[in-house]
Amino acid sequence: MRSNNNIILETTIKVVLFIIVLFSVYIFFAGHYYPGGGFIGGLMTSGAIVLLLIAYDIKTVATILPVNYRTMTGIGLLFAIGTSAGSLLFNVPFLTHAFGHIEVPVLGEISLHTATLFDLGVYLVVVGVTMTIIQTIGEDE
Amino acid sequence: MSLLHLAIIAPLLYAILVPLFYKSFRQIHTGWFVLPLPIILFAYFFSYISTTRHQAIVMETLNWIPSMGINFTAKVDGLGLLFALLITGIGSLVILYSIYYLSKTKEKLNTFYTYLLLFMGAMLGVVLSDNLIVMYAFWELTSFSSFLLIGYWYQREKSRYGAQKSMIITVFGGLAMLGGIILLHLMTGSFSITEIIAQAHDIVNHSLFIPALLCVLLGAFTKSAQFPFHIWLPDAMEAPTPVSAYLHSATMVKAGIYLVARLTPVFAVDGLWVWLVAGFGIVTLFWGSFSAVKQTDLKSILAFSTVSQLGLIMSLLGVGAAALHFPGVEDNLYIVATTAAVFHLINHATFKGSLFMVAGIVDHETGTRDIRKLGGLMHFMPITFTIAIIGTFSMAGLPPFNGFLSKEMFFTGMLHVLELDLFNFQSVAILFPIIAWIASVFTFIYSMMLVFKTFTGKHQPEKLDKKPHEAPIGMLISPTILASLVIIIFFFSNSLLSENIIEPALAAIFPGLLTEGTGFMVHIDIWHGFKPELFMTLGVIAFGILLYLTYPKWRKIYKLFPDKLALNRLYDGILERAQNGSNRLTNSYMTGSIRSYLVYIFTFFIIILATSLFVKNAFKLDTSKVSSIGIYELLLALFIVIGAISTVFAKTRLASILLLGAVGYMVSLFYVLFRAPDLALTQLVIETVSVALFLVCFYHLPKLRKEDSRVRFKLMNALISVGVGIMVTLIALSAHSNKFFQSISQYYIENTYTEAAGKNMVNVILVDFRGFDTLFEITVLAIASLGIYGMIRLRLTRGDEE
Repeated sequence: MRSNNNIILETTIKVVLFIIVLFSVYIFFAGHYYPGGGFIGGLMTSGAIVLLLIAYDIKTVATILPVNYRTMTGIGLLFAIGTSAGSLLFNVPFLTHAFGHIEVPVLGEISLHTATLFDLGVYLVVVGVTMTIIQTIGEDE
Repeated sequence: MSLLHLAIIAPLLYAILVPLFYKSFRQIHTGWFVLPLPIILFAYFFSYISTTRHQAIVMETLNWIPSMGINFTAKVDGLGLLFALLITGIGSLVILYSIYYLSKTKEKLNTFYTYLLLFMGAMLGVVLSDNLIVMYAFWELTSFSSFLLIGYWYQREKSRYGAQKSMIITVFGGLAMLGGIILLHLMTGSFSITEIIAQAHDIVNHSLFIPALLCVLLGAFTKSAQFPFHIWLPDAMEAPTPVSAYLHSATMVKAGIYLVARLTPVFAVDGLWVWLVAGFGIVTLFWGSFSAVKQTDLKSILAFSTVSQLGLIMSLLGVGAAALHFPGVEDNLYIVATTAAVFHLINHATFKGSLFMVAGIVDHETGTRDIRKLGGLMHFMPITFTIAIIGTFSMAGLPPFNGFLSKEMFFTGMLHVLELDLFNFQSVAILFPIIAWIASVFTFIYSMMLVFKTFTGKHQPEKLDKKPHEAPIGMLISPTILASLVIIIFFFSNSLLSENIIEPALAAIFPGLLTEGTGFMVHIDIWHGFKPELFMTLGVIAFGILLYLTYPKWRKIYKLFPDKLALNRLYDGILERAQNGSNRLTNSYMTGSIRSYLVYIFTFFIIILATSLFVKNAFKLDTSKVSSIGIYELLLALFIVIGAISTVFAKTRLASILLLGAVGYMVSLFYVLFRAPDLALTQLVIETVSVALFLVCFYHLPKLRKEDSRVRFKLMNALISVGVGIMVTLIALSAHSNKFFQSISQYYIENTYTEAAGKNMVNVILVDFRGFDTLFEITVLAIASLGIYGMIRLRLTRGDEE
């Protein structure tokens, strides 16, 4: 993609980007109890990166975020399949989740759920896939 | 999972490690790391002999899909064990041999041994599974690994051709066999071989019995290279010689024989089975040995010889199946045929294995396998020559080698056909011993050609690429062991094999014949006395020598058979027609324009849905449960309609992309109105990302043009789009009006927190209740993105090359 040289957009992005990414992380973790989850969180993160792409060009973004999105997709799939297959080790059917609560000194009670790990896989795959597609098509001049 | 299961899949698991060995220890031949596994497995299966010789059977079950009766049931009985010992035993020798045959610097050893182990595991799975579906899966895996191994030197065109041919023919048969298995399941309700055998007498009059029989036989005949499906085996000789020795002579091609032996108790109740197995076997025996004589390539001779020997075993199994129609085992004439089949199976593995290795040695040390160029190698390779003599004389049925014993038994079995008064056999019974005898004469001829044309006669150094010399000692170990077995079995067949291997195998083939306290008594005689069999052998030797010496005079008969009628021509013709035909069909509708594809999809969509809506009389409008339409909904709908219509009439692409995005945002507002925050959020972000994606693609799309010339096309498109809209509306209305069952949402409301400890129902459905969907969706997404990446990147690099 061409560089737009849009100074207002570039300046705004620098602040807004972090807000969007933070919000997407919040949405990802909130997913189990409130609207959100890995799918939306991943899409929102990709949205933020896309915004960055529009403000700068692809090469700049590649230096800011030197991430191989195809590897990211792979890691995401591994998370999802690993979490699902992990249940086999405990002699329960594939994709059985486990959950529990622990007491953390400052934060109070926190619930832990293997579904979060599965959802993390979804998150990574969504970001990886979206960015792979956009990057590939965008680079194709 | 028991140790037995682990032993079966051990080669598959070990195959994962092979590339690591190859990468980390380049100095050491990878074969040395692979070799211990088959040896350990051989020792492990050897320990089962003490169990099976008392007719005991070991069964271990691992649940796989119990709800459909598909379980990984491993069963060790005499027959399965015999094959398991062959697979691991010959496997060890072949791997040892391959270490010297394949260069560690030039060849890609990691792929070779991975494929070989893949095959070994698959083959063990075939012979030790009691469940037909599991066996089928392993069966196809042997076809695949054979395909990969034949195509190992994929740079060569002939390798690729041979690999494809074997794949097409064996998988064709494999699919037919799957059909047969399913038919068997329909009749008996079980996939377990043991249970099906128990019901054999109840299903014989079932209307599906004959189709099942034919389907299963098709699978067995294609795999075991029976006429007319044998044409893939000679082309499979493009594989490296260790592979030919292992897969295409000792093990994989015997899978069909295994299947026939295993299912004999099920199908032999019907005379058709006896007819077909014996008939195809004897024809293959003749045709294979007849064709082998005219070959000039050492491996081609061996390939046709394998075809013919497989036919021999098959015909014996067919005749032996008649034993099921006579009570008891004491005076049962036909058991001797099955005994001969089992015995010859072992003998064939020993002598043919050693001969293949000899062919490999000759090829390796002289650079050619053409018997017209070879000759006089006796002085250069004395050890190889000795092994070749032992192997070929055994194959020709001469004493003191094991082939003599099983050949005599084969003649006995064929002579018993004369006394068979079942299934109208009397009319043609006389043909069996005659064809058997003629085929044996040809077997004698090509055996002699194989050894004498190669090792005696005039040495022709000018035609050879290399100066011949004896093979390295490591390469000679395996064929020497096999050749020694050829002689040892001749002298000690009873003490070594009868009780330990052959009797348990017979008990597995004829479970119904044994009554309490009886057993098969196999006694193999070296000397029968002056009986017809002996005179037949003497005749074979006399005529064989005569015809061998006069071969140049009668070789013209091979030209009598017109080339046009050859089966290979037929195969090539069918393949070419099929390719051209499907190309034409595909090109007729794959225009490359996405518009035409959308037209197909939507037209089909309208036709199918409208028809089923009409036929099932499903349209129903129930306005009683409809809530009133508010001002927000009305406004949103209005905006959506305006947006959608202006998209169509937009003058520039940028405008239509933005308008389409606007429509998407409106839809997400609808979700907000209907209190579905998750959907609304997702839709919002999706719209943003896809608008960005469109903008990225924007540069590549052509400018919008006015297409005035094709008004009719536009009119049709308009009709289709309106049709789709109407259909979706009608279905939405009917779906809302028809309530056939309780909505599932109540279940989720009740169980989301108790079962999955989540409060957001949508998310819990995604990650937990319907986690499988999500898992596969993200997999599909990943595949799609890699596809796009591959397509665009490949195009880019190709552009650079031009």
